Amino acid sequence: MRFLPLTDADRADMLKTIGAASVDDLFCDVPASARQKGPLPLALGLSEMEVERRLGSMASRNLAPGDVPCFLGAGAYRHHIPAAIDQLLLRGEFLTAYTPYQPEVSQGTLQYLFEFQTQVAMITGMEVANASLYDGATASAEAALMAARVTKRDKILLSGGLHPHYREVTATQARFTHLKVEALAPDPFGIEDLMGRIDSQTACVIVQLPGFFGHLKDYSALAKTCEAQGALLVVAVTEPVALGLIKPPGAMGADIVIGDGASLGVGLNFGGPGLGLMAVREKYVRQMPGRLIGETVDADGKRGWVLTLSTREQHIRREKATSNICTNSGLCALAFSMHMTFLGEAGFTNLAKLNHARAVQLAERLSALKGVKVLPGSFFNEFAVQLPKPATPVVEAMASRRILAGVPVSRFYPSWAEMENLMLIAATETVTDEDMDALIEGLQGVLS
Amino acid sequence: MSPNTFTGNRALVIEEPLIFEQGEPQRSGVDLPQAPEIADRLGGLERQGAIGLPGLAEPECVRHYTRLSQKNFGIDTGFYPLGSCTMKHNPRLNEKAARLPGFAGVHPLQPASTVQGALEAISLLGRWLMDLTGMPAIAMSPAAGAHGELCGLMAIRAAHEDRGDARQIVLVPESAHGTNPATATLCGYQVVSIPANEKGRVDLAALKAKLDNKVAALMLTNPNTCGLFESEILEIAAAVKAAGAYFYCDGANFNAIVGRVKVADLGIDAMHINLHKTFSTPHGGGGPGAGPVVLSERLKAYAPVPFVRAGENGLELVEHCLGDGEKSFGRMKGFHGQFGVMIRSLAYILSMGGNGLWQASSDAVLNANYLLARLSAELTPSFPEGPCMHEALFDDRFLKDTGVTTLDFAKAMIDEGFHPMTMYFPLVVHGALLMEPTETESKQTLDQYVETLLSLARKAKAGGAADDFKAAPRMTPRRRLDETRAARSPVLRWKP
Repeated sequence: MRFLPLTDADRADMLKTIGAASVDDLFCDVPASARQKGPLPLALGLSEMEVERRLGSMASRNLAPGDVPCFLGAGAYRHHIPAAIDQLLLRGEFLTAYTPYQPEVSQGTLQYLFEFQTQVAMITGMEVANASLYDGATASAEAALMAARVTKRDKILLSGGLHPHYREVTATQARFTHLKVEALAPDPFGIEDLMGRIDSQTACVIVQLPGFFGHLKDYSALAKTCEAQGALLVVAVTEPVALGLIKPPGAMGADIVIGDGASLGVGLNFGGPGLGLMAVREKYVRQMPGRLIGETVDADGKRGWVLTLSTREQHIRREKATSNICTNSGLCALAFSMHMTFLGEAGFTNLAKLNHARAVQLAERLSALKGVKVLPGSFFNEFAVQLPKPATPVVEAMASRRILAGVPVSRFYPSWAEMENLMLIAATETVTDEDMDALIEGLQGVLS
Repeated sequence: MSPNTFTGNRALVIEEPLIFEQGEPQRSGVDLPQAPEIADRLGGLERQGAIGLPGLAEPECVRHYTRLSQKNFGIDTGFYPLGSCTMKHNPRLNEKAARLPGFAGVHPLQPASTVQGALEAISLLGRWLMDLTGMPAIAMSPAAGAHGELCGLMAIRAAHEDRGDARQIVLVPESAHGTNPATATLCGYQVVSIPANEKGRVDLAALKAKLDNKVAALMLTNPNTCGLFESEILEIAAAVKAAGAYFYCDGANFNAIVGRVKVADLGIDAMHINLHKTFSTPHGGGGPGAGPVVLSERLKAYAPVPFVRAGENGLELVEHCLGDGEKSFGRMKGFHGQFGVMIRSLAYILSMGGNGLWQASSDAVLNANYLLARLSAELTPSFPEGPCMHEALFDDRFLKDTGVTTLDFAKAMIDEGFHPMTMYFPLVVHGALLMEPTETESKQTLDQYVETLLSLARKAKAGGAADDFKAAPRMTPRRRLDETRAARSPVLRWKP
């Protein structure tokens, strides 16, 4: 077996040193009734070549968005990742390191996480960010818990423009920690009234920018209402590329910004791993979940970085910790941070402009299609369209023409009949003019 | 001490400023096509002013990250015997498989008909994990070990509530990982601690005394954090069940028994499996991992969404708690779980097969016992009476009156080219040194490690070496860092 260096002679030698007759003897503490006598009757190990063949054939049964026109978004966006990033991610010193508990031999990890925290804080317009959480949806749940700790209140208000997975995960977590959740109806037109629902029991309001249905809203007035009522404003960002072009949540007065960073550097991977982002006002940092990297000096007075404020965390505080999180998304944070570094200010801004321009062009072309209505309002790189018939069969018919046309809203809200004809559609920099031609032509065929 | 250089660099270890201290705003490492002219639809929400990000060209970016990588110790660098973390070799085939465009490039919201291969991969991995544990059900979406614990406890709470039996207490042994009590709190439970006996196992009598109709579950790591198999586990399981509670097993140490013990035979109700430990996916400097949870018949119905099942037109994803998913406790993760991590561990499992996994756990346990036997010559094993499982635990009695602490000892190992073991955990012994060699280390590496540690121990015991130990490490990119200063006035980001 190619991963196992011990030879039979080694094993015999080692058993002799230990003073055991066989390896089986080392398992003597296992109740006899639970000990297997030999390997389980499962498939035998395969050579590298055979595994590649088997998994390769499995992978080829999927329709990969890189091969066909793709307009899917709804919380996961296809972007071009510079070639150098994946090569660097594969460096074993990054890939095969553990959480940086030994800072003297982990300055590489610690420095990139410090840079990551800074980049996330800068683009969200917030004061500090942590070193990542699992994904955007779990970050939303963590934000709700954090807001409840900060405000000592128990009511969580969820916008109808918040990603439904963020809503569901937050509601699940809230139920188990005895928080009350008020989830507003899905809001495709962006007309819900949140301010009227905030009261003296509200711990936080969670909204999204750009919204699940695409809308761009200035939450400054909402932030003021929250502040007046003593509640926190949490803003979720599922598409961080938008922050290259639009006013950041921090500038609107957000108290906590959460989101998913998978758009940058990480890629789609069928939706996981994601990259949970969380940035907060500095005054709340001690209530924040997750790892934090801080600057310090070493014994020679040289600048270096360490894990810090660990007294918030489970390995120190146990049942009184701010969260149970241990493993987070370190390598995804590196991928995100690299992508941000490669882009820089100019590249990040231009990437965002390109995404928006592509989406505006797409919206114009779709508006000209008979029976298709682009929902009104502002957007970044994604918007909702009303089709003349149910979206799910349309999307399936388009897929059989090898076009990934959009995401039916009913996939998230199956019991809402009024959502049946709605489809979310996104255009990133990866969409070409030919892709748009194919989409329009395909829709003409499928809708006629 | 190495000599000072003009630059502060030391050959391959080069001082590297933060990216914010380099570059020019107009520079970029990415060329993009010009955006077409359009009338914007931003509704007046454009960003005002610059973000302040630095701009670097591609060669500068590549060099920055290459230099950072050279300040890190990874499994690829050398022996990494971090207890409880299973730092085994990360096969590169895993990486290649996960990067196949048909896996890496797939969007989570494509129609099911276009992702049959992806659903098959999830389903196949789930089948293997159920076969290896003998358990009848699995939840694939948890993102890491602690997230898996949360999944298990949520299922347990849902099961109790379904019977109208709201219980308040979760029992956790004092040797447990910190995630266990933290998870219990996140699930709305109170934590009651269970003491260990003198053999490093759960004190069965103390456990029985605390088991009553208020106890929802026992969370137990097995093999436990002392590296020992809970030899009375069948009695423990029976007592837990008799009290109407559920038995949650923390599977962080599954590598010791995979293929050799089916956890179903131990009477457990739920156990998470850290794919980034037992099944060889990279730790990545702190994730991403994955923590699928196997479930007993009693908990099966409460598993979270989504899950994969066979439908009329092939495999399908059940994403909502409707119909036969109605008892599910709901959703705990965006999309469908850590798919990229699942592919890596599937590549590993197919490579190993049932026979390879048997050999792997056998070698992992053999390697740990070899360390235990040889190091006992100078170090003090905490539980010398019998064999250990996949990790060997020592305490700091051998350093008594030397002026050298566990921390100093570990830092001296760094200069010798080894990553330290886990220090000061578990909390049940004083100054713990917990070593997990894994099965992917050769006897030659273990021998070199043993000789090094024995020599360090002799040096400490000879006396007069405390200052020398306290000055370690000397040859790392940075020497000991001031953690107190970092926490007292936190600097958590760069500022202009």
